[in-house]
Amino acid sequence: MSEQIIHQTAAQMSADLASGSVTAVELANAHFDRIAAVDGDVHAFLHIDREGALAQASAVDASRKAGEKVHPLAGVPLALKDVLTQKGVPTTCGSKMLEGWRPPYDSTVVTNLKKAGVVILGKTNMDEFAMGSSTENSAYGPTHNPWDLSRIPGGSGGGSSAALAAFEAPLAIGTDTGGSIRQPAAVTGTVGVKPTYGAVSRYGLVAFSSSLDQAGPCARTVLDTAMLHEVIAGYDPKDSTSINAPVGKMVEAAKKLDIKGMKIGVVKELSGDGYQAGVLTRFNEALEALVAAGAEIVEVSTPSFEYALAAYYLIAPSETSSNLARFDSMRYGIRIGDDGSRSAEEVMNMTREVGFGKEVKRRIILGTYALSSGYYDAYYGSAQKVRTLIKRDYEAAFAKVDVLVSPTCPTTAFKIGEKSDDPLAMYLNDVATIPINLAGIGGMSLPCGLAPEDGLPVGFQIMSPALKDELMYQVGGTLEAALQSKWGKPLYASAPELAVK
Amino acid sequence: MALNYDQAIDLYEPTLGLEVHVELNTNSKMFCGCATEFGAEPNTQTCPVCLGLPGSLPVVNAKAIESSIRIGLALNCSITPFSRFARKNYFYPDMPKNFQTSQYDEPICVNGFLDVTIDTEEGPKVFRVEIERVHMEEDTGKSLHVGGATGRIHGAEHSLLDYNRAGIPLVEIVTRMIPGTEKYAPEVARAYVAELRDILRSLGVSDVKMEQGSLRCDANVSISPRGTGVLGTRSETKNVNSLRSVERAVRGEIIRQANRLQAGERIIQETRHFQEESGETRSGRSKEQAEDYRYFPEPDLLPIVADPVWVEELKAALPEKPSIRRKKLQEAWAVPDKEMASMVNAELLDTVEETVTLGAEPTKARSWWLGEISRLANEKAVAPTSLIQPSEVAEIIALIASGELTDKLARQVVEGVINGEGTPRDVIEKRGLKVVSDDSALMVAIEAAIAAQPETAERVRSGNVPAAGALIGAVMKATGGQADAAKVKDLLLKHLGQG
Amino acid sequence: MAAISREEVAHLARLARIEMTDAELDHLASEMDLILESVSRVQGVAGADIPPTSHAIAMQNVMRPDVVVPSLTPEEALSGAPAREEDRFKVPQILGEE
Repeated sequence: MSEQIIHQTAAQMSADLASGSVTAVELANAHFDRIAAVDGDVHAFLHIDREGALAQASAVDASRKAGEKVHPLAGVPLALKDVLTQKGVPTTCGSKMLEGWRPPYDSTVVTNLKKAGVVILGKTNMDEFAMGSSTENSAYGPTHNPWDLSRIPGGSGGGSSAALAAFEAPLAIGTDTGGSIRQPAAVTGTVGVKPTYGAVSRYGLVAFSSSLDQAGPCARTVLDTAMLHEVIAGYDPKDSTSINAPVGKMVEAAKKLDIKGMKIGVVKELSGDGYQAGVLTRFNEALEALVAAGAEIVEVSTPSFEYALAAYYLIAPSETSSNLARFDSMRYGIRIGDDGSRSAEEVMNMTREVGFGKEVKRRIILGTYALSSGYYDAYYGSAQKVRTLIKRDYEAAFAKVDVLVSPTCPTTAFKIGEKSDDPLAMYLNDVATIPINLAGIGGMSLPCGLAPEDGLPVGFQIMSPALKDELMYQVGGTLEAALQSKWGKPLYASAPELAVK
Repeated sequence: MALNYDQAIDLYEPTLGLEVHVELNTNSKMFCGCATEFGAEPNTQTCPVCLGLPGSLPVVNAKAIESSIRIGLALNCSITPFSRFARKNYFYPDMPKNFQTSQYDEPICVNGFLDVTIDTEEGPKVFRVEIERVHMEEDTGKSLHVGGATGRIHGAEHSLLDYNRAGIPLVEIVTRMIPGTEKYAPEVARAYVAELRDILRSLGVSDVKMEQGSLRCDANVSISPRGTGVLGTRSETKNVNSLRSVERAVRGEIIRQANRLQAGERIIQETRHFQEESGETRSGRSKEQAEDYRYFPEPDLLPIVADPVWVEELKAALPEKPSIRRKKLQEAWAVPDKEMASMVNAELLDTVEETVTLGAEPTKARSWWLGEISRLANEKAVAPTSLIQPSEVAEIIALIASGELTDKLARQVVEGVINGEGTPRDVIEKRGLKVVSDDSALMVAIEAAIAAQPETAERVRSGNVPAAGALIGAVMKATGGQADAAKVKDLLLKHLGQG
Repeated sequence: MAAISREEVAHLARLARIEMTDAELDHLASEMDLILESVSRVQGVAGADIPPTSHAIAMQNVMRPDVVVPSLTPEEALSGAPAREEDRFKVPQILGEE
């Protein structure tokens, strides 16, 4: 039973729980067994909260037994990216700086998950402080792509996506600042959504780049992702940037399976040179499927996108240089060098040298430079202006089409170690995902096939206008159904079997 | 030979700038709902936001916005149509985020002014202090330095941090450089802070207690050799926590800088700390290489766009300006300038006004509060209003007016009330201090006095009225000072055929 | 063309309170050069008439009423403290004075 159940979708598990054919505790244990069997190789998890998860599962089972009304996702297991605070549970953000830190408060995302009765199995691995595209920047060792353990699972949220692809959890939460949900989803053959900026509360989301960060739902199917989206999204008065409007009907949109008459824009600038041939092949096949489903494809040009990467790699490091200043060993986190002979300043300097990894330090220095007096206008200031141009390009595009599409990233999963010494090459992974964050609009990645040359998953990206996230689910759900019908089964069912310990 | 103040002023022209920080009296902090009570146990008023815990986010306190706007309006400022918060980035252990959420190039209020009047040799002179900006920011935590000799930072072994104060709303009021104060720079500085304090108090936005730190003043001073027109380098003096210190600090800095320049040394742009005991300033942190704060717009907060209609409503509802109120009181009471100033300086104007409102005659109210009660208060080193209430003083003054008490007896009543013996009536009762004005009772004493001094009585009978003084004195003594002296004189003279 | 010197990187490291080794500084200086060259593309792209965007989704006047809500207990507040003395955070001697 164990084997089968973990391969199900969250929607199927929800139905089984509702019918009583499985209990939440059984479901949790089945996943803990799976984690024990494969996570030694995958390394998706940094921390397993067996006690907390089983307590939550028991509570849900008791509620159901008592005939109380529970949320559809109550009792369904979930993996939580280690960048969101969970009270009393270690939260490291993939960094040595926060080794052992147990937050005294829950993030709003966690509060919402707990309210729905979702069972949080544990915290997943990530690039340190969400900076990276491969999870190789984790201070706790990389995560391995379940499709090929010698390859990266994407980043920064590689742990969450790998957990899904390895069937260690049916649901996961990621965060996305420049593609950190979508790119891992693409290279692991799973689904990931970055909602409109402000749709999901950032309270308790350890900040990387405040004006770009957004937590989002991840799963193996579009419908599962939609269900999770509705749980975590919503207005939060504790987050000033939170959108004060009702959450849209994502599940309804995901189930619509109808895109007749919709106009779909292909972004000219997010294709061509630099994109792996197999990625483009599968992307174009997906376009054909959309046409067959009754949509109209339109080519759209967004000229400012050429500068998006540059703008992002000025804005994000600038904000992060400020956001990470609080890690000074005075109030929490590790403290290095305090032997009684050193000053606070010296201890701060030593701790930050040891506590932060290379990529984090690189971005802090870059950000400090971009904000410094004399350079602000040339760098940060200019980047914020480019952001305006990108926003305007999107507005102009969305005046012509309902959604935009592109490949999620230029390549399939590369080998661990292949790009880790070349920051600029690493940054190029985000070229198609970054513009979405700069404009604050919604973005989804879902699988559109395996690249012929390497048999690795390819991701298809859908972009929706701000506050219209349901359009992603409508198009994504339809595309997924069309492709699965073509393949005869969901893509994740083709994942190679992992060796079981 | 070291220059004294007058010599310094002769040679150098001073320029003054003042930065005042006001702690608002909101119930909760600037960006979170923690309480703002003064004196709470350490770290009992903190939360993820004001501790800067990873993942925390700020949310602006609406009352703080309102108070800031009202402050700006009271200072004749324009309210900026689009105001933003910015991060001021620097590291210090009392700052949980290692940046202060403040305002940079879009402060909430700009371009105001405050007129202050000071006493000069040529009579009262008005100085217009231009206000460059009023902006909002947050306070830091408090550090206790342990292990050093004096509890000060130098030589301390370690420090202990309490973040209760971190995040309390602060409003910073910055003046433009104030030229032309000449030798009155110290007085102008003091008068400005005093007037500002009165305005803030009248607005009810802060309890403005300099001793408690809810009003803090930094004085920027520079001097320029006369005739050169070259502005000098300025120093910033902090730790100025009383009006008197403001004046002394400015005076001290002018003297210090003048002597340095005379000795051929240059003035270093730096932060200095005012030393209460000596009246001098001591060097703190050098600002030669001004810290690069790397300001950028706060991404976690949204702009403030104050509704013009609402701003007009706030403006219309502003309380009367303290200077206007003072003028009205002065006219109503017909009090000369010097006496008015002494009331204001002693911070007893409100108290006197309250006493007058309760029926006391203004001159009497003033002379009691500034005289006897202040004397006693100084002896005990406490505030006059902590000893006795305006209502009690008004009652005593009324009793004098009705003749039930003499001034001398009243002093005893005041003493009794202060000692905690009860209300004025209680004290009169317990001590038996009523004025004796009953004719028959007085006649008894008068006849006794006459009987004891027959020769003096004879002199009065023969027309020597002044001689009655000795007899009146005797009667007063015999009645323990409680006789109504005027009445005694009256009865006595009549009795001796001179009335 | 941005050429950033080792001294500049050292200055930045000081501003950011990170004690870097000489090797790190050298390495970073050359990396910075490459990265800055690449990100410099943002200069001059947008004309003077283009306003900067600091908030992708424009909102204004987001505030909360002046109401007190329960704080953390001192235990919770200090739960992560590397060092404490009773109910205060204990930190090494502070040199600079604000």
